[in-house]
Amino acid sequence: MGLKMIEFHLDGRSGVSPYQQIVQQVRNALRLGLLREGDQLPTVKDVVATLAINPNTVLKAYRELEHEGLVQARPGRGTFVTRTLTDNTLAAHGPLRQDLRRWLAKARKAGLDDESIEALFLTTFRTAAQEDIA
Amino acid sequence: MTAVLQAHGLGKRYGRRWALTDCDLEVPSGHVVGLVGPNGAGKSTLLNLAVGMLSPTTGTVEVLGTAAGTQQAKVGYVAQDTPTYSRLSITDHLKLGARLNPGWDDSLAQQRIQHLGLDPKQRAGKLSGGQRAQLALTLGLAKRPDLLILDEPVAALDPLARREFLQDLMQAVAEQELSVVLSSHLVSDVERACDYLIVLVDSRVQVNGEIDSLLATHFRLTGPRRNAKDLPRDQHVVTESHTDRQSTFLIRTDKPILDPAWNVSQLTLEDLVLAYMGRTAPAQPERPLLEVHR
Amino acid sequence: MIWLTWRQFRVQFLVVGSVVAAAIVILAVTGPGLADDYQRLTTEFIRNLGFQRLNPQLHYIGQALLYAVPPVIGAFWGAPLIARELETGTHRLVWSQSIGRRRWLATKIGMTGLSAIAITGLLSLAVTWWSDPIDDAINAGQESNTYLPRMFPPVFSARGLVPVGYAAFAFALGVAVGLVVRRTLVALAVTLAVVILVQILTPTFIRPHLMAPTDRTIVASAENIRGFMLDGSGPSPQVKQIEVATGVVGAWKLTDETVDKSGKALSVLPSWTIDCEPGGPPGTARETSPNPKRDACFQRLADEGYRQHVRYFTADTFWALQWREFGLFMLLALGLTGFSFWRIRRDLS
Repeated sequence: MGLKMIEFHLDGRSGVSPYQQIVQQVRNALRLGLLREGDQLPTVKDVVATLAINPNTVLKAYRELEHEGLVQARPGRGTFVTRTLTDNTLAAHGPLRQDLRRWLAKARKAGLDDESIEALFLTTFRTAAQEDIA
Repeated sequence: MTAVLQAHGLGKRYGRRWALTDCDLEVPSGHVVGLVGPNGAGKSTLLNLAVGMLSPTTGTVEVLGTAAGTQQAKVGYVAQDTPTYSRLSITDHLKLGARLNPGWDDSLAQQRIQHLGLDPKQRAGKLSGGQRAQLALTLGLAKRPDLLILDEPVAALDPLARREFLQDLMQAVAEQELSVVLSSHLVSDVERACDYLIVLVDSRVQVNGEIDSLLATHFRLTGPRRNAKDLPRDQHVVTESHTDRQSTFLIRTDKPILDPAWNVSQLTLEDLVLAYMGRTAPAQPERPLLEVHR
Repeated sequence: MIWLTWRQFRVQFLVVGSVVAAAIVILAVTGPGLADDYQRLTTEFIRNLGFQRLNPQLHYIGQALLYAVPPVIGAFWGAPLIARELETGTHRLVWSQSIGRRRWLATKIGMTGLSAIAITGLLSLAVTWWSDPIDDAINAGQESNTYLPRMFPPVFSARGLVPVGYAAFAFALGVAVGLVVRRTLVALAVTLAVVILVQILTPTFIRPHLMAPTDRTIVASAENIRGFMLDGSGPSPQVKQIEVATGVVGAWKLTDETVDKSGKALSVLPSWTIDCEPGGPPGTARETSPNPKRDACFQRLADEGYRQHVRYFTADTFWALQWREFGLFMLLALGLTGFSFWRIRRDLS
């Protein structure tokens, strides 16, 4: 059977559809190493019983993940992780996290509150992303 | 695919007032259908017609392939305010279900009551609103229907009771291959639980369809000021608003939007529902079919 | 459905049932004693009853119960049957189970209605059987101020089949009113009022027409005169009415009018008939003392062709009349039940 590896949650106000949120949360878990190869995703029944969402939503999310090659559905037994996303980036997480902490400390010392920090980060992130495209 | 609910020209009149007008629906099975609309729009009327509590003034309504109200063993119904016999205990209610329904699954019923932590000897009148709703849901589910119809089952419940009710309902859908039609005026609940939408305003169906395809075909266009009749004919305007310089249109279309002047954005389900609930009767003037010069 | 009907009905059934059962037991126990008294005392039986306490009370209680049971059944068993479901909305629960509205109604009406008929029938059987010595004695001519012949309205409705007919009618009426009105208390009040009204008015307006009564003319005389009504006081009051005894023991007189020689009914008698006024109550000295003026008056009445036209039901028509009244109310009950079955198919969301 297996232990419960991850729990999903839904942000009703994020503007992202429920099924996308599940896909994203699985991907994030894979990236952070919370889900490893061979782990079983929560059953549709369990997800639905906790989140009170439509079972088709969960099925759709799991199908998309399967389509991306990240998981595989085994009939009668559940859906299992086949590939992680950690790869070579996981090693870089540690130092990056430390840099982030330092930056955050600096921002707070400069007097920024939570909202300003978040706004600053997001606008910089987006403009940088656009510059990358262009 | 068999349709679980079909209506052709369905209408219901009370005296001089039409509670439901010209309703055409073809709801496929295997969905959780959200029926939304303002109070007095006709939601209860439509559901009552579907279970055979009312008979149509015009048109027909069919459930699971036969006339409404004829296949009661396969259709579960939880009425508004979840009525229960206040002097009867929970056990009595289950016995009622067992005696009056051929397909009654008693172990499922007992399991649910146990899981809910309810005292079977407790009289229904002494239960809280949420507990009564759960009892009514148990009665509806344990008869193993193909279709479960719920008329605003969570409207009077506190948020926790509401969440628990929906959790149990969704779990039953996952386990039993159940189609559900659920009326609600909480779009957030509809967004979580439903994958098919019917919007009923002023006794008419404004829009209906699978939520995914509805969200994929409705867009918000913002751009310089323009008249609705200047839009291509295959873009059906749901709502529009204008300032001196800017126009915002909420449209429905199957075709790609090619005009670069527009800023196109997706809609949330709430946006969609509010748009259809807020507009007045749609009158689409004839518009020329435009070609966009690239 | 049978279980559900019983479960919903059991308190109402037990309340009425236990009262009726207690009454039946008491009557069953005291009945043989009363019959023995009658056999023993024969012509002194009724007079002897005047000295007893228990039996006269039982006679009254039996009668009162048989009058009370039909309205109670109508109001408390019939009226809430559908009205309470509609009022609390439970019809939306029970009619969406896999049972049609008609089968639901048939089971409820069948079980409750048959119980109503059975309970009332058993009570009426007990009361009729228990009262038989008294009824028999009165019909044999024993005099009484307390006990009336069983053909008379107050007693007739508390014997035999008529109470059962009333109960069935009351029940069916309660169900139908409840279905139309949809409010338990209102239906209860309306049913109670209508049934009581029917019980009061039937003897006067319906029962006389159920059969052809005996139709006779009688010559009034000083012996058979029973009623003499004067209108107005002072020197010359008018004689409005004369009534006579039918001479048939235990009969229920319907009408008694004076007709002249051509057969026309009179509302006022000729002024000379004032001399026919009886002297005093029958059996007293004043009455039996000879009065030539009175005798001459009666003679004149007879000579000038004035007769009393009386219509009455004889005591031996008791069962014929019982069956007809019972039949009438059973038909009404069936009609009301049919109405309920028709009406329940209507929209009742």
